[in-house]
Amino acid sequence: MKKQYSAGSTLLTAFFALLSVIWIIPVVEVLINSFKANSFVNLEPFALPNAESFVGLDNYIKGMTFGNYPFLQSVFYSLFITVMSVALILVCTPMAAWYIARVQSSFARIFYYLCLFSMIVPFQMVMFTLTFTADRLKLNTPYTIPFIYLGFGAGLAIFMFTGFIKGLPLEIEEAAAIDGCGPLRMFFTVVLPMLKPTLISVGILEIMWVWNDYLLPYLVLDRTKYMTIPIHVQYLKGSYGTVDLGATMAVIMLSIIPIIVVYIFCQKHIIKGVAAGAVKG
Amino acid sequence: MKKKNKTNDKAALNGILLRRPIQRCAPFFILPTFLAFCIGFIWPFLQGIYLSFCNFNTPADAQWVGVTNYVKAFSDAGFANAFRNTAAFAVVSIILINVVAFLIAYALTQKMRGANLFRTVFFMPNLIGGVVLGYIWSMIFDGVLKAYNTYLTADASYGFWGLVILVAWQQIGYMMIIYIAGLQAVPEDMLEAASIDGADKRQTLFRVIIPNVMPSVTICTFLTLTNSFKLFDQNLALTGGLPSIMENGSKINATELLALNIYSTYNINKSWHGAAQAKAVVFFLLVAVLAIAQQTATSRKEVQQ
Repeated sequence: MKKQYSAGSTLLTAFFALLSVIWIIPVVEVLINSFKANSFVNLEPFALPNAESFVGLDNYIKGMTFGNYPFLQSVFYSLFITVMSVALILVCTPMAAWYIARVQSSFARIFYYLCLFSMIVPFQMVMFTLTFTADRLKLNTPYTIPFIYLGFGAGLAIFMFTGFIKGLPLEIEEAAAIDGCGPLRMFFTVVLPMLKPTLISVGILEIMWVWNDYLLPYLVLDRTKYMTIPIHVQYLKGSYGTVDLGATMAVIMLSIIPIIVVYIFCQKHIIKGVAAGAVKG
Repeated sequence: MKKKNKTNDKAALNGILLRRPIQRCAPFFILPTFLAFCIGFIWPFLQGIYLSFCNFNTPADAQWVGVTNYVKAFSDAGFANAFRNTAAFAVVSIILINVVAFLIAYALTQKMRGANLFRTVFFMPNLIGGVVLGYIWSMIFDGVLKAYNTYLTADASYGFWGLVILVAWQQIGYMMIIYIAGLQAVPEDMLEAASIDGADKRQTLFRVIIPNVMPSVTICTFLTLTNSFKLFDQNLALTGGLPSIMENGSKINATELLALNIYSTYNINKSWHGAAQAKAVVFFLLVAVLAIAQQTATSRKEVQQ
């Protein structure tokens, strides 16, 4: 089918093309500056690299060990924490949501309302006490912090899964039960496959949250041993002025590139996930 | 429950087939999440309320002091300033983000070449973390202001409007996605009926489209409202609250929003820990009341449509 475009729509396209270019300037700016020597980033931040200021990949090489902490280690911890936390959330919360939706005991109901309640509580309310608790229970390493993410991220996930499960026809599960299917097998072979669209939406929302989260890992983790990418970037910013700006730009670029690559390949899912999450949220 | 089962066959069947078998597996299904939820949310929340009435360094040495912390919090000039900043910031960003996001979404749902590409571009900033965004924009603002021989943290208004621009840039794409979903859900036959009745584009927009996307408006204003109240990372990374100015004899960080103010209060020294926690409780109550009030106000409007 061929769409008809009017003259007005061409004008609109031109306007939006211009707006899109303006929209990506900040990222382009980081890219440009990541190829310039330190003094030139400060002096003329908007100039393109020229023969004098261009340093090739020097900044990227320097950025790897910059700030007395290997950047790749931050990348590893960020990746590890994000994958483990989101996996844990996507395994545990659908089970809890199914329990809530099907059992409907007063305990299930109270738990459900507490989850809703937790969604409007700002992190500042619990951040100091959460740090104490995490320290005492030894949840302050990248290997145990996913448990905290499960606790704090449960609200949204349970809300979305329970909403979806309540809309599923009971007959499917009843038929499975009559055929002799126990609850464990029923959950994994009957219910979980039906949850796929919500699993994707919740997964995307939780990945975006955990990957970019700064304050929770900053407060909970032992910072001399463990940094994530946001902590690393803020750490570099903390020494602003004495810091090598070119190398910092390279570090920022390195932290953005993977996100943009993933975005380009999964944008359909990401945008759909956000829209679905919002309609229910 | 038992009586209900006897009178209702369907519920009884359901109980035998599903409810009871699942309930028997409770430790497996609900315990991990419930335990994590208690440790990660319920316990810190309750302890937070308790400690807001205490002097403490760690929970072990907490001493009950009553409402002293609340008095200290409310008489702190920095807290009042952060409250004014947050309120102003919320109003400006709610209006700016929602109006621009709706206009972009409306344009992109018309017949237009490259609409998908533009949508992709506008949404992109959401994927970048607040701290990184703050750093990028502080470089850009400093670069621009350098032409006028000044810098971002020289004046509180630079920091305020800088934060507005940053957050608008980040969140317009997100709200646009929600508005696009809302606009696409406007029933086709209603638009047809409007055009048969001779409604022009403007009438269609205001009489048919906007009433139909009211649910999206509710969601987006709710999200922008809570986002601007909870804003922390961007605030920290862009200005960190600077500049510090003197107001009525006390030093305050001029561009701090509430969340950052709570955080920096805690970090002054341990005699401020209690006051910081008291501020956090006030902050929580404020966000909760606003969220509930906004939800009831706009969802009432939705029903009227």
